[in-house]
Amino acid sequence: MPQLTLTPEQQLLRDSAQQLLRAAAPISELRRQRDQPAANGLQLELWRELAQLGWIGSSFPEAYGGAGLGHTELGVVLEACGATLAATPLLSSVLLAGGAILEAGSEAQKLELLPAIASGELLAALAFEERPRFAPHHVECTAERSGHAFRLTGHKRFVLDGYAADKLIVSARTSGASGARTGVSLFLVDPKSPGVRIRRTALIDSRSAATLSLEAVEVPAAALLGPIDQGAEVLDRVLDRAVIGLCAELLGLVTQAYEITLEYLKTRVQFDVLIGSFQALQHRAVDMFCELELAKSIVAAALSAVDRRADDVPLLASAAKAKLCEVSRLVTREAIQLHGGIGMTDEHDIGLYLKRAAVAEACLGDLAYHRDRFARLQRF
Amino acid sequence: MTQSLDTFRGEVRAWLESSVPTSLYGRPYPVPSEPGVEPEPKEVAADRARYLEQMASRGWTAPTWPREYGGAGLSVPEARVLHEELERLRLAPPLLGMGLSMIGPTLLVHGNEAQKQKYLPRIVTGEYRFCQGFSEPGAGSDLAALRTSAVLDATGQRYIINGSKIWTSGAQHANWMFMLVRTDASSKHNGITFLLVDMRTPGIEVRPIRLISGNSMFCEVFFNDVTAEVSDVVGQVDQGWTVAKTLLNFERSGMGTGSLGGGARRGVPTGNRLIALAKEALGERAGELSDGHLRDQLAGLLIDELAFSFTLERAAQSRKASGAPGPEMSMFKLYQSELGQRRDELLLQLRGHSALAWEGGDASEDVAFTRAWLAAKATTIYGGTSEIQRNIIAKRVLKLPQ
Repeated sequence: MPQLTLTPEQQLLRDSAQQLLRAAAPISELRRQRDQPAANGLQLELWRELAQLGWIGSSFPEAYGGAGLGHTELGVVLEACGATLAATPLLSSVLLAGGAILEAGSEAQKLELLPAIASGELLAALAFEERPRFAPHHVECTAERSGHAFRLTGHKRFVLDGYAADKLIVSARTSGASGARTGVSLFLVDPKSPGVRIRRTALIDSRSAATLSLEAVEVPAAALLGPIDQGAEVLDRVLDRAVIGLCAELLGLVTQAYEITLEYLKTRVQFDVLIGSFQALQHRAVDMFCELELAKSIVAAALSAVDRRADDVPLLASAAKAKLCEVSRLVTREAIQLHGGIGMTDEHDIGLYLKRAAVAEACLGDLAYHRDRFARLQRF
Repeated sequence: MTQSLDTFRGEVRAWLESSVPTSLYGRPYPVPSEPGVEPEPKEVAADRARYLEQMASRGWTAPTWPREYGGAGLSVPEARVLHEELERLRLAPPLLGMGLSMIGPTLLVHGNEAQKQKYLPRIVTGEYRFCQGFSEPGAGSDLAALRTSAVLDATGQRYIINGSKIWTSGAQHANWMFMLVRTDASSKHNGITFLLVDMRTPGIEVRPIRLISGNSMFCEVFFNDVTAEVSDVVGQVDQGWTVAKTLLNFERSGMGTGSLGGGARRGVPTGNRLIALAKEALGERAGELSDGHLRDQLAGLLIDELAFSFTLERAAQSRKASGAPGPEMSMFKLYQSELGQRRDELLLQLRGHSALAWEGGDASEDVAFTRAWLAAKATTIYGGTSEIQRNIIAKRVLKLPQ
C-alpha cells in the first residue's frame, strides 16, 4: 500500500514551504510581475530563493547537485507553489527538461547540466509539442545526419518557459513517420544557435510559452540525449513523473480556490443573511469538499508510486491528471459563480486561479486525453 | 510495541489457522434468505456456528470491548492486526449487525452498569440480534418529529408503547429493538427517550415491506399497548436525542467503510468482470470499447473508485498516526452510496435490454444485477439521506453559517 500521509519531516517541509511562498510569492507579486513591460512570466527572485534552500534540485541525486529526496517532497513544494500561484520553472526546467536529462543523459551530460539546473543558474525547457492538443508522439520535426552532426528542421509550440531558457531539449524524428513511437530522438540545443527562432506567447496565467522554429540547426553528435530512435520511451517516463508533479501543483491551487470561496460564503451578506446559510450553496460547497478529498488521495498515491518505483506509475499518472482536471474544473468554475460579480473583476484574486487552472488542465494532457489513456492502460 | 504486535500477530495467525474450518475461507458473510439467494449448505452453516462460538469465547467478535462485557480488551492496533489476519485467510467476520456496530458502542458510552452486563455479553455471542426503531411514517429525515408514545403505567415500573415504526431493517430477523419513543409531547428534542424492547413482547406486529427490487430488506413494526421495562431506558428519560446522536455517528462511520456492507455488493460485478461485460455488450474496436462516450464514463467511474479507495486508506493511515478521525470520515457514507449508484446506472446503460429482465432471460447475472440496481436506491435514503448528509457536513465540517 502506498504511503498516503506525510511523515513528520515532510510535514515540516510543507509548513516551511507554505510559509516561504506566502511571504515571498504572494499573489501581489504575480500581479507585479505580470504588469511589467519586459516580463518573461517567471518570478526569478523567488527562484533564487528556492535554489538557496535546495528545493529546486531536491529530487535530483546528490551526485548531481541535488538532495536525493523523493517525489513526495517535491510534490509538497509544488503544492505550496500552487496555492499562491507562484510562477516558477519547477515544471519546465526541473520536471520536464531536468527529468529528461536524468532519465536519458550520459554521465557527462548529467554532470554538466543537472547541478546548474539545481542551483537555479541554468533554465532548461523541453520542446516536444507540435499540435494544438497534447500529442507527444506526433513528431514531424526532423533531425538529419550530416557527417558527425545532426541538422534539425521543424516547428515546436507551447514550449513552457522556452522564451527564458538557456538550454532546450528538442524532440525530432530520426526515422519513421509522424505518430510512430520509434524514430523519435531527443537533442540538446543551444537557443542561440544559428537557425533557431523563438517567439514568446504570453499565456492567460501570466506565464509564457514559446513557439520555436528550427531551420537546419546544426548540433554535434554529443548533443544527442539518450539512445537514438528511442526518445518516445524516455518522453513517456519523464511525462508521467511531470504530470504527477503538475497534479500536486494543481491540488494546491484548487484547495486554495476552494478555501477562498468558502470564506466568501461565510462573509458575504445578502437579504440580511450570510449567503453561506443558503442550503443550495451549502450543498455545492460540500460537493467541492468531497471531490477535493478524492483529489488529495489520488495525488498522494501517485507521488508515492513514483518514490516506490511502482509498476502502476503510468496508470496513476493518468488517473490523477484526469481526476485533478475534473476537480479543478468543478471548483474553479464554481468559485467564480459563487463569488458573483466581484469574481469577474481583475481586482479579485479568484479569477487568477481560474486562469492558471485552465492552463494546468490543458498542459500535458487534459481530462479527455487521460481518461482515454487510463482506459487503454486498463485494456478497454 | 512493534515487537509485541508481531508476537500477537503470530498468535492470532496460528490460532486462526488451526481452529477455523477451511470451508469458510473465501465465503462472504451469509445474508438472511431472499429471493434469488441460495442459503449456505448445512455443513458450512454448522462450521460457521462453531466459528462464531469459538471467536466469541475469545472475545474476538467485539475485540476492542472490555473483557468484562465479553470483548477481548484489545487496543485499536491489535484489533487491526486481527482484522488483517482474518482478511489474509479471506474469512468474513464471525458476526455482524447493529448490536456490534451501533447499540453496543452506544451502551459503552451511555449505558448503566446493569445494562452493560445484561446486553453486551449477549450481543457478542449473537444471542441478541438488534434492529433499529427510529423512522416513522411521519418522521423520516425530520427524525425528531417522531410520535410513537411511551407512557408510564400505574406501577411506575413499566412503559406502555403505542405507535408504529417504518423502514426497520431486518426486523423480521431480530429479537431486540433499540427505539426512540415520545415521552413528552411538549418539547420536540427534549421529549424523546431511548428504549430497549424485546421483540417477542405481545402487541408487536412486524410486516415486511415489498420493495421495487422485489426484496424486503425493511419492515413496518406496529406497537399496540406493548410493555417495556423502565430499567431498559438508556440515558435519561426525555434525553434520548443525545443518545441517538451518539448512535448515528457510529452508524455513519460504519457505513462508508464497508462494515455495514457498503463495500462490494452482491450482484454487482467489479473490476475485470465489469470490463468484460461492457465489452460483450458494446463490442470492441482494436481492443477498445466501440462506444467512445460510455468508454469515457467507465474510465471516469473507475478512476473515482480508485481515488475513493485511496481516501479510505488515507483515513486509516491518518487515524493510525494521530488517533483521531480526519474530516474526510464525514464524507464516506455520502460519497460511497452515490458512487455505487453511478456504477449501477452506468452498468444499466452498458447492458442495454439484457439488463431489463426481471426473471428468466438468458443470464441470471443480469437479473441479479438489475435487482441490485433497484435495491441500492435505498443507500442514499437510509441512515440519513444524501441531502441530510450534505447539511451535516456543511454545518460540522465546513462550519458554514446556519
